[in-house]
Amino acid sequence: MSATQAALEPDDGRRIALLGNPNCGKTALFNLLTGSRQKVANYAGVTVERKEGIATSPAGTRYRVLDLPGAYSLNADSADEAVTRDVIFGQLAGEQVPEVLVCVTDATNLRLNLRLVLEVRRLGIPMLLALNMSDLAKRRGIEIDTARLSQLLGVPVVATVGVHRGGADPLLAALDAMPRTIPGPPARWHAPTLEEITETHRQVREILLQSVREPAIDTRWDERIDAVVMHPIAGLAILAAVLFLMFQAVFAWAEAPMGWIESAVGWLGQVVSGAMAEGLLRSLIVDGIIAGVGGVLVFLPQIVILFAFILALEDSGYLPRAAFLLDRFMGKVGLSGRSFIPLLSSFACAIPGIMATRVISNWRDRLSTILIAPLMTCSARLPVYALLIGAFIPQREVAAFFNLQGLVLFALYLAGIVGAVVVAFVLKRTVGRGMHHPLMMELPTWRLPNLRNLALGLLERVKIFLRRVGGIILALMIILWALSTFPAPPAGATGAAIDYSFAGMLGHAIQPLFAPIGFGWEICIALIPGMAAREVAVGALGTVYSLQGGDDEVASQLGTLIGAQWSLATALSLLAWYVFAPQCLATLAVVKRETQSWRYPLIMAGYLFAMAYLASFLTYQIAVALGAG
Amino acid sequence: MWAEASDIVASVDSVDVSAGVVSLATLRKGQSGRVLEVRLPKVNHGHDRNLVLRLLEIGFVPGEVVRVVALGPGGGEPIAVRVGGTMFALRRHEAEHILVHPL
Repeated sequence: MSATQAALEPDDGRRIALLGNPNCGKTALFNLLTGSRQKVANYAGVTVERKEGIATSPAGTRYRVLDLPGAYSLNADSADEAVTRDVIFGQLAGEQVPEVLVCVTDATNLRLNLRLVLEVRRLGIPMLLALNMSDLAKRRGIEIDTARLSQLLGVPVVATVGVHRGGADPLLAALDAMPRTIPGPPARWHAPTLEEITETHRQVREILLQSVREPAIDTRWDERIDAVVMHPIAGLAILAAVLFLMFQAVFAWAEAPMGWIESAVGWLGQVVSGAMAEGLLRSLIVDGIIAGVGGVLVFLPQIVILFAFILALEDSGYLPRAAFLLDRFMGKVGLSGRSFIPLLSSFACAIPGIMATRVISNWRDRLSTILIAPLMTCSARLPVYALLIGAFIPQREVAAFFNLQGLVLFALYLAGIVGAVVVAFVLKRTVGRGMHHPLMMELPTWRLPNLRNLALGLLERVKIFLRRVGGIILALMIILWALSTFPAPPAGATGAAIDYSFAGMLGHAIQPLFAPIGFGWEICIALIPGMAAREVAVGALGTVYSLQGGDDEVASQLGTLIGAQWSLATALSLLAWYVFAPQCLATLAVVKRETQSWRYPLIMAGYLFAMAYLASFLTYQIAVALGAG
Repeated sequence: MWAEASDIVASVDSVDVSAGVVSLATLRKGQSGRVLEVRLPKVNHGHDRNLVLRLLEIGFVPGEVVRVVALGPGGGEPIAVRVGGTMFALRRHEAEHILVHPL
């Protein structure tokens, strides 16, 4: 059976694809059409998000709706646009040519949007024009003669409202009315010349002249807001305030739900422990799966809050403006203004940060951002920092205002940022050498974020995160558990069980390598289960030193114990290690997913280990030379 | 007007920057201009050609009125330009390809 026939199976639904400029409200329309019946994945072999969903018309016809990545032109300029072009031309492996292309346009900005429509119309594929945000257009006094527009374009035209219930019904009715055809190959296409583009714009003007009556565009409100928000000084002050609020929310609001998750995981562990006989299976479930997955799952509240902010800021039009304000600063180290939010997110956790790099359309910019994201001090480092600072740095006032412990913590954050700047700069000078990345970023009209879109967007991010926790992260946790459990200690063993395991052997084996940076075998062993998530190292050290009790008890006993056993130089060296080292397999797993290759997680792990080793080496040797050994 | 405009684009490399014609990058905040042409650089890198195509596609076509709405902090880059009903952020490098008559 050929692919074309498969597409016409009655059960399968008709395949339609939504095509349109970025910011035309296409995603809102897609959400309205498909509701929660969506599937989000990646296109085969590329890192572009593929969104498909099922829509049912009031007459009962099923449609499989593909939300193509936003594009200004078929003459692709980004990975997103290349996917859109290839799907339309049937040149993307695993994708069928859509039966009907729905060209979604922003009815308030047809001048820009219709150019793509005309370009696509030349291909001779069955298509339909949706005038989206038609409510907004009406409110602005824009009168569109849809019948005339349809006549001029030679395609059906419908008005839609992506943010109102029922706003897509005219579109579905028009689709029902379209005769069913087997999609043939589109007409030959060549990249337009300068003259052809200018000519298309002329045609757009001509068509608009005959079918649309629009008052002079009223940009007063937008300009008033922009005069403040994009002001070089006031704008940066507002940005700082927004970021402060966001950070405050991520840490303060997430605290309670994170506590609930921790207690729930702890409770579940106890229940399972109580219900099962002591043995390997219990250890696997309780210590491996429940504790390991729980350690990553605990970041879910932070991820939800962070993405709620990011999505609302993006939807309102603020995010591109923040990128505008920061582009110059970020550009100096070879990043774009758009790198800012993902990097900021990485202070909570690098995983959502790396997921958020999808807003960066330029692949090189995106890659640089992904590579430096783990250098932002994530919240999982805090338990490790807190343990070491508490045990080794005296509570002392510095210069009457500052607290020495606070200053050390600040220095650790700063070290990560400085490291990131250096790496970004090196990447710019090597990989991105001689490249000029155009910005050409649309600053869309201000809009109130739509709650349904926000909720659906959030749900999607949560699903992606949970799928990863349940997939590769779960697998890694089981491997780490096995390493720390097998082989079992011999009868009559006196040391901690982990000491006899593969992790223990590995810890002892790598210890000579870590001796120049001051790590004893206890630390080396703890680093191995600590690959699960950074804060796990605290618990693992507790295990190595055979401490008993709950998390808080272990941490406080451990503080006293290492304060007595380790040298200050070792503690400082371990702090330096945690600023840089890729002690988080989940992050590497996400990088693999997002870049669709093993190459970048390996590069990332390699350079981070090298930096961590160098930083720890310098810290340890200098500290020893100064008498802190 | 339109016939003239497309003639000018067609003869892109032969146009002189004469008096009264400046690049969009030199406009001050709040200043408007009418697009005369989007110019390919003398040495034609493939990359810049795509840049010019894209600038045209997003609406910087001869005859359009553009207005500089905002300048980025510290050195005036990027610039926010309104063209048609849309605002775009451009870096200076992009804006230099667009020649305008200041209004």
